[in-house]
Amino acid sequence: MTMSTQPLTPEIVSQEGNAMVLSMGPQHPSTHGVLQIMLEIEGETVVKAEPEIGYLHTGIEKTAENLFWSQAQTVIERMDYLAPESNSLCYALAVERLLGITDGIPERARVIRVLFMELTRIASHCVWLGTHGIDLGAISVFFYCFDLRENILDLQEAAGGARMHPNYVRVGGLNGDLPNGFLAKLDAFIEKFPGRMRDLRGLLQANPIFQDRTIGVGILSPEAALEWNVTGPSLRGSGIGYDVRKAFPYTGYDSYDFDVPVRSEGDAYARFLVRLDEMEQSHRIVEQARRRLDTPGPVLIDDPKVTAPPKETIALSMEALIHHFKIVSEGFRVPPGDVYQSVESPRGELGYYVVSTGGNRPYRIRTRPPSMYNLQSVKGLAPGNLIADLVVILGSLDPVFGEVDR
Amino acid sequence: MAVASSPGHFMLAKLDDVARWAQSSSVWPLTMGLACCAIEMMTVTSAEYDIARLGSEVFRSSPRQADLMIVSGRVAWKMAPVVKRLYDQMADPKWVISMGACASSGGIFDNYAVVQGIDTIVPVDVYVPGCPPSPDGLLYAVNLIQQQIREGGRGGILSRS
Ligand code: SF4
Repeated sequence: MTMSTQPLTPEIVSQEGNAMVLSMGPQHPSTHGVLQIMLEIEGETVVKAEPEIGYLHTGIEKTAENLFWSQAQTVIERMDYLAPESNSLCYALAVERLLGITDGIPERARVIRVLFMELTRIASHCVWLGTHGIDLGAISVFFYCFDLRENILDLQEAAGGARMHPNYVRVGGLNGDLPNGFLAKLDAFIEKFPGRMRDLRGLLQANPIFQDRTIGVGILSPEAALEWNVTGPSLRGSGIGYDVRKAFPYTGYDSYDFDVPVRSEGDAYARFLVRLDEMEQSHRIVEQARRRLDTPGPVLIDDPKVTAPPKETIALSMEALIHHFKIVSEGFRVPPGDVYQSVESPRGELGYYVVSTGGNRPYRIRTRPPSMYNLQSVKGLAPGNLIADLVVILGSLDPVFGEVDR
Repeated sequence: MAVASSPGHFMLAKLDDVARWAQSSSVWPLTMGLACCAIEMMTVTSAEYDIARLGSEVFRSSPRQADLMIVSGRVAWKMAPVVKRLYDQMADPKWVISMGACASSGGIFDNYAVVQGIDTIVPVDVYVPGCPPSPDGLLYAVNLIQQQIREGGRGGILSRS
């Protein structure tokens, strides 16, 4: 993988020796964003593939260093925009560990965090499945998937106020409790999901064209997967059942009952099946979380160092007013130290390495973006395949470029 | 459009009006997804919002076949020459929607990496606020472009950009 500051060769096609060099992207409908792959081809067969990234470099990590701890979350959520909650949760968990308040997070907040992590996983897989289908010419899947995703976005909007970047998970808990009527909507979604899932499976799983295009394509051996540092569904499609939720449980994942789907074939079809199974497992977790939501309780930690006092008290007490002003205008301070925290995002192990020097802004935030590591494996997967199969391979790895380039 | 009809089944209209009516009902966007906003741009074609009602569901992957460029997301400096080149490759008359805070002004990314408003590289017709804008916002923007065409803006039989 290369990354220069300028776009590579404006020439789309050039000849080098016997091989032809073809630039796929950065404007290409099947690269799922702004990726450029420099391909050396012989006829239709790829000899060498070199992904060129950086077309969406946004400087998020640098920007975060200039913001308060709580503000940094806003930009961080825009990395993996298909699963905003996984970003914000991972960051919040890291900062909470630095603050030493991990054990003080109210139970209800932890349940709602899990709920949204899983909902966002379903939504993200919906986008993946819809676009993967379009890449292979199956357009109706897209409509089914986006309809399902729309329900989840409605839930997100109800809870956090925004469809895509709700910034709902905060350091110390959540932005607020679930609104009235939320649980009814959630119940409707839980009820609707299994039928929709059957539809989705019915559209693709046994479809001969889809199977022809994906079975045996882009085989990633377990050794290669480990070598490339692949995680998430792409790794589990190669027979290694590593899932951060099971290996290093966070936010109480160990108290939920779910399986980690694993397939051993390692091809695009296996990755497809793993993701579909994962959606069903997420649904199981959502159901379990829903049952725990009937008991009310606080959703934000009561720690004057981190959280502002409730709005009602401000008009009544001078101390509360000053305290509120301090937290809002200066943010909270985090003791010096560094911590690495990872969560299982829909794409794999998402990690943040956060360094604090004791100030009210992060000193450094380093991301471990799963998409980037997964994307690297294209270099090993593409050679020997047809150009048309490269589209399948890319789609089956499900990269998100906001996260790759950050 | 001034249209007269009679039992003889013929219509009278200015050629320009007919051209504008046709153009405004088939504004074909370019498939150019950049960042988070691109997901909402895709959502606009889904059953819930159905941009097909406006005749704009035909996302074209080649700039030569597209009339409308939806700049959906933050444009990194590395991507800027590509965006400009795509705009240049589109045939006249063409329109640009700047979707989202990032495309319009750099949004929350006031830093070294992001173009602070794509109107510094391509002319913009409609800005859609939001981060990301809701699909309704994008639909409204397409509506505004159609309105501009019908009301005598760029487009029509004689127009060259
Ligand atoms: S405006 Fe918001 S949603 Fe759109 S690209 Fe920028 S950060 Fe993403």
